[in-house]
Amino acid sequence: MPVSSVLPVLALLPSALAVPLIVLSRRRPALRETWSVLAAVSQTLIVMAMVPVVLSGVAPISRPLSLAPGIPLELRADAAGVFFALVASTLWILTTIYSIGYTRAERERRQTRYFAAFAVCLFATVGIALAGNLLTFYVFYELLTVGGYPLVIHRETPEAVRAGRVYLAYTLGGGVALLAAVAWTVALAGHGTFTAGGFLSASGASPVVLWVLGVLFVVGCGVKAAILPLHTWLPLAMVAPTPVSALLHAVAVVKAGVFGLVRVTGFVFGADLLADLGAGRALAWLAAATIVLASLAALAQDNLKRLLAFSTIGQLSYVVLGVALGPRDAFTGGVMHMASHALMKITLFFCAGAIAATAHLDRVSQLTGIGRRMPLTMGAFALAAFMLAGLPPGAGFVSKWLLLLGGLEASAWVGVAALLASTLLNIAYFAPIVVRAWMPAASPGVVAEAPATMLVPLLVTALAALAVGVAPDALAPLLTLARAAAGGP
Amino acid sequence: MRAHLPILPLLISLTGALVIPLVGFAWRRLCWPLAVAAAGAASAAAIAGVGEVVARGARRYPVGGWAPPWGIELVLDPLSAFSAAAVATVATCALLASGPGATRAYGMALPAFYSLALIALTGFLGIIASGDMFNVFVFLEIAAIATYGLVASAGGPALAAAFRYIVLGTVGASFYLFGVGCLYALTGTLNMADLSARLPATSASPLLVGGIAFAGVGLAIKMGLFPLHGWLPDAYTHAPAPITAFIAGVGTKAAAYAMARTMLYVVHRPDLPVTTALAWAGGVAIIAGGVMAARQSDARRLLAYSSVSQLGYIAVGIGLANEAGLAGAYLHLLNHAVMKALLFVAVGAALLRGGRPWLPALGLDRTMPLTAACVVVGALSIVGVPPAGGFFSKWYLIRGALDAGEPLLVAALLAGGLLAVVYMYRLTEAVWIGGAAQGAGGREAPASVLACLVLLAGLTIAAGLASATLVDTILVPAARGAL
Repeated sequence: MPVSSVLPVLALLPSALAVPLIVLSRRRPALRETWSVLAAVSQTLIVMAMVPVVLSGVAPISRPLSLAPGIPLELRADAAGVFFALVASTLWILTTIYSIGYTRAERERRQTRYFAAFAVCLFATVGIALAGNLLTFYVFYELLTVGGYPLVIHRETPEAVRAGRVYLAYTLGGGVALLAAVAWTVALAGHGTFTAGGFLSASGASPVVLWVLGVLFVVGCGVKAAILPLHTWLPLAMVAPTPVSALLHAVAVVKAGVFGLVRVTGFVFGADLLADLGAGRALAWLAAATIVLASLAALAQDNLKRLLAFSTIGQLSYVVLGVALGPRDAFTGGVMHMASHALMKITLFFCAGAIAATAHLDRVSQLTGIGRRMPLTMGAFALAAFMLAGLPPGAGFVSKWLLLLGGLEASAWVGVAALLASTLLNIAYFAPIVVRAWMPAASPGVVAEAPATMLVPLLVTALAALAVGVAPDALAPLLTLARAAAGGP
Repeated sequence: MRAHLPILPLLISLTGALVIPLVGFAWRRLCWPLAVAAAGAASAAAIAGVGEVVARGARRYPVGGWAPPWGIELVLDPLSAFSAAAVATVATCALLASGPGATRAYGMALPAFYSLALIALTGFLGIIASGDMFNVFVFLEIAAIATYGLVASAGGPALAAAFRYIVLGTVGASFYLFGVGCLYALTGTLNMADLSARLPATSASPLLVGGIAFAGVGLAIKMGLFPLHGWLPDAYTHAPAPITAFIAGVGTKAAAYAMARTMLYVVHRPDLPVTTALAWAGGVAIIAGGVMAARQSDARRLLAYSSVSQLGYIAVGIGLANEAGLAGAYLHLLNHAVMKALLFVAVGAALLRGGRPWLPALGLDRTMPLTAACVVVGALSIVGVPPAGGFFSKWYLIRGALDAGEPLLVAALLAGGLLAVVYMYRLTEAVWIGGAAQGAGGREAPASVLACLVLLAGLTIAAGLASATLVDTILVPAARGAL
């Protein structure tokens, strides 16, 4: 039941206000970073305040202005939106704290631009999460593309500039496909308001048109979701500072693409229409192929961050697979995996960043014995890698179990096989790192962990992922929200 | 005063053009403030005209009380009021930014420079206000001759550019005049309202077809529609830096307005493929302009070809001739004026501070961060990233093309966006990253230029956020008037 409320707009305010405040306090780093932390905390609190409201069946909605005649800028907090906003905002707090330690340890330049762009990205991410119609979604989606660019090219090395070029070419190109899809949908259906169960089946469009529309949507969202073969930008973007890779290239930007597919499958097309068209099964195959191929590519990586990027590409397609299959369990598992992958992958990136900033190592082959020098960091790494493979009791298991149940219900054997193969491949590319980390090194160093600003966030996320695995609703009602997003109890 | 709102912007601008040489003779320093004040007052009057139209509806204004067909008639309707407000406002901003550069470059000739600029503005406003086909020609020529003078005043390569501009501009004006002559021979009137009443009844004779074709080609040359854009890139590249934003921002818009007015309100013959031809020409212009823009290495020439592409958008919208398409075209008239003026002012600021227009040497980030930030806003608007204004005009254009069932035009509109990504990326990268070592000048732009940049950047965003209101209150009525 939609109820007019100021809360969704309020959720956008902290990050919007943070941008000018950060720029204005550019000469006072302490104050500048205080603004970042304050914005992240207040944004999280406002999103949290919406959770009980949403669970009681009410959808707070605000329409601050009109984008086009008949199409308002609509912010609506439904279960799926609040779920994504909650994950992104909470992890923004930890990433900001981690960033403070990281930027100082690595002596990053242009920190004002860095923190300001981060705030822009989180503003756009929450906007994407709470967007109530397609045009609103598109507006924030493009803003996220633009806001992410300064972070990709942050170091302004030729390599970073090249990565930035590829990033923009892919994401803005995908944006054009998405714009075509959005405009066409609005022209067909007369509106673009997300509706549980979808609204396109009522438009009476022919299957051919719907297929073309579906392909445009998948290309539009698939770039950010890094579906094969649209994934090329993501491994290149790993030249960005590690907190950027951690929050944007494992949580905010890539999950925005995945979340777009959640909206398209569940709230524009609807499971029934996708099944009638056979489009859901096609998308599921694409996702299954992405899962396996990306995991195989991860096996071949020596650069730790690139390995994590390929792992992300594979894991993102878990979500795509879940929402494409159709059964409620699969959809729930897909949405749930947005949170569990976020917690596990951000831990892994935090660990990679801690190793790079403290021991100045970024290749897997250099990590021999690192576990003895940084036991807590590598302990968290091992825990997160174990859970990412989907083994119980970890956050990855919760979502993977639901995905498998859904896959079996839909008799999608290819998808089930891909998920099981992915577990083995995950073990295959993570086990060597963990084993190597505790092998005796040629020159054993002393124990030297990263500073507390970096160590604490990575321990928190690792333990949070474990807690979610043991009791999915322990920290926040994540599973309940995911079930509600899938339209169930 | 309210009774004279249709002619007021014109009169103010013309008065400014006459007063400036007199005052400037004694106090040269006053020329710039006077020009900005005159343009600002004209723009205030034009905006008041928008309010008048929204509140009280369209109005015809016989100049001097002489009724048509003998007297001259001006028209204040949603389309002319909106276009006049857009042109006058952007012209004011461009003139505001011209001061430091013009003062340095012109010295003694400053009164002539600003007088010419205001005469050109008078011409643009006259084209828009006129309710009579022949007076459109007169004002086209007034604007064109003043603009030739402005372009040529830079000397050197600008002389060749201005000569080319004169030749093509005169051809365009002659074509238009010949076309109007044909229509006059056919109907015996030059008044737009009378023409629109009599033309639908006439048969599709060679005189009618020829009249429409000549007038259309003439206006297409004037608005720089590909492949008749030959004068435009050189003129924009070599025009004096302080006035390029003015010429590029508003120069082609009055002609685009005249095109819409002539083809939709005066002629309005759905049985002839007038609008279809215009839409397809626009689609080709979008692609061709974009491809050429992507190949340039001079920032000014890149922006000029970008204009060729963006004018294609306007032509597509006019050619679609449905409500969404027209709303998009009219909105793009405003948005393109704002964003192109913004980008030319920024490049002009870099030149003023000793920078060079070559992309590899344009780095502004270190020395002129605010200018560089404004370039990003302009670039985002040209690419069509929300919430910048450029996105919203594109949205209506795409909707219009979808409503008309023209998937190829949709593709052209979208491909234009991709090409804009390429050429605007090259500009933005040059400004932010490229040539950071050489860098321009050493200081941020002068306060007046910065104020103008921030104003235009604000307008770019505001035009986006307020687009729904604009479309509802004034652009849909303007489009309905044509249909």
